[in-house]
Amino acid sequence: MGATSAIAIATCRQLAARKASFYLVARSESKLQAVAGDLLTRGASAVTVKLIDLDDTAQHPQMLESAVAALGQIDLALIAHGVLGDQEQAQADYSFTEPILRTNLLSPVSLCTWLGNYFAAQRRGVLAVISSVAGDRGRKSNYIYGTSKGALNIFLDGLRNRIDRYGVQVLTIRPGFVATPMTAHLRRNALFAEPNTIARGIVKAIERRKDVVYLPAVWAAIMLVIRSIPQALFKKLNM
Amino acid sequence: MANRQPRFESWGRYPTLQADVLPLHWATDFPPKSLPSTAMLPVGAGRSYGDVCLLDQGTLLSTRALDRFCHFDPETGVLRCEAGATLAEILDFAVPRGFFLPVTPGTKYATVGGAIANDVHGKNHHIVGTFGRHLLSFELIRSDGSRLLCSPTENQEWFRATIGGMGLTGLIIWAEIRLRPIVSRKIQYQGTKFVGIDEFVALSRASANTGYTVAWIDCLASGRNFARGIFMQGEHSDQPEPLSPSKAARLTFPIDLPEFALNHFSVGIFNALYYNKQLGKRKTGLVDYEPFFYPLDSVLQWNRIYGKSGLLQFQCVIPWEQGTQSGIVRILEAITESGLASFLAVLKVFGDKPSPGLLSFPAPGITLALDFPIRQQISFALFDCLARITLEHHGKIYPAKDARMTARQFQAFYPEWREFARYVDPRFSSAFWQRVTTLA
Repeated sequence: MGATSAIAIATCRQLAARKASFYLVARSESKLQAVAGDLLTRGASAVTVKLIDLDDTAQHPQMLESAVAALGQIDLALIAHGVLGDQEQAQADYSFTEPILRTNLLSPVSLCTWLGNYFAAQRRGVLAVISSVAGDRGRKSNYIYGTSKGALNIFLDGLRNRIDRYGVQVLTIRPGFVATPMTAHLRRNALFAEPNTIARGIVKAIERRKDVVYLPAVWAAIMLVIRSIPQALFKKLNM
Repeated sequence: MANRQPRFESWGRYPTLQADVLPLHWATDFPPKSLPSTAMLPVGAGRSYGDVCLLDQGTLLSTRALDRFCHFDPETGVLRCEAGATLAEILDFAVPRGFFLPVTPGTKYATVGGAIANDVHGKNHHIVGTFGRHLLSFELIRSDGSRLLCSPTENQEWFRATIGGMGLTGLIIWAEIRLRPIVSRKIQYQGTKFVGIDEFVALSRASANTGYTVAWIDCLASGRNFARGIFMQGEHSDQPEPLSPSKAARLTFPIDLPEFALNHFSVGIFNALYYNKQLGKRKTGLVDYEPFFYPLDSVLQWNRIYGKSGLLQFQCVIPWEQGTQSGIVRILEAITESGLASFLAVLKVFGDKPSPGLLSFPAPGITLALDFPIRQQISFALFDCLARITLEHHGKIYPAKDARMTARQFQAFYPEWREFARYVDPRFSSAFWQRVTTLA
């Protein structure tokens, strides 16, 4: 889901080399077709594309049922759609906040509810969700985006706590800065990682049945430091 | 929306020009809804050396994210991919499937779009010609939004102008190339020591039917060792072996070396060691294709060896005629006199397979390529001198490596430039194009 996002494409390429079958969900037909062609060329066994706006949660159950019908069964679901949003607009006007929360939080929660129950009933499956290091702590420069990811992290923690016992892996992926279209307007620095690097980390985390993974790994240390700054100091910082 | 990325550099890191970078992620991203007010230039991996991939105060259309494969036919080896895919990405895909690039330059990190725009050549030029000869088709998007499907039979004039067209005719969005089958990663290699240009030419003639040939020469050696070198030839091994993908390069050159690190003395030592690494006259064996084709790619960002001031490449071809060898000798002598050191000096005999490209560089004759650190006045004076010798011998200089030739020289090397200019997109330009079309 969010199959035309740079991280999703890079991850799917890794899986295509292993001859996986895909059900790709996104909004743009031309982009989906380009991704489908790429994955088929790289070795995918089969690719089905589905055009929907994932903000429309009412369509989720039907879309997921058609995914099961197309694939036979789902082994791995990767939820990769999201928006960065405009912090300055959103902090001034709630009407800009709501769509960010809808896309980054409510839509994945809806999908994970269905998929979590599906995997639990199936007694196996991997639910991999792209969150962000921004969800680890609210910062003045992007706390609306951070809120959507932070709330998603808590939801995934709870879901994992509930369905791990049914053999389901719930993987929270927390990338740092990634060089993607979503961040194209930001100045690139040494901390920016390529989508391919993130994708390799995702595949490895799935193989190792991890719960939470920071990608690249250096972000685990960075966020440990940032989380441990006391509020008295943190509120004075410009982060 | 153009963004604030670090300055886009060519591989030689000279000249340094400031431009906006507009990354293209999808085939539908060009032309953008509102065209930038500046001139534009498509760029790939920035692996050309001089200023063909630069545009001062312009907008660079970065194609690197256009790296999708569209179709591959394992029967015929025909691959269609987007123009930002690198040759390395194609090899990672194709080698395990038993295919190899039809033509590869000395780096695998160039993009397909760049390979077309510079009509690159490789060690097999004497047999198969340039990259452009192995293109079945590509799609060109002009800044007015018009799309041209180009092939040897469709929009033929655009096909010819775009191959070697330095990105100026429009944005190449995808291309279809015919890969060649292989059964092993290995190259059956033979290295032969030689002294002098005549012996080099004799070795080239004797190996005219060998798939890949190239020579490294020590351009610091003088006296009876003048123009000594190692003639390297290879063929894809015909002994079937498992076709595993390459391992990712792990070494990155960590710092910009200070300018004094590369000097006559250090390069002389390197050259003597390199020449004498091979003990006997002849050495044969099986080697992996990576060190054979891409010896420098194993260290990422090796251009930092040349420090912040960067490097200049010089590559010319001297056509076969009376005095071809003496032209090469004059160039080598001029380099020795200048006292500038080059430890990457390469000689190769080009074949006579014509390229479809209007401004394609290779021509039947001997090509010589050298790297020099930039030492302002000395390097520039040497380059001007080398360009004059090239002109006197009716040769030409390779735009993909150039940062110095004058408009007068370019127009003498490439008389087809006027015809080519008709195909240049009115909104496209490059620092190179501005330089060589403005008569001082």
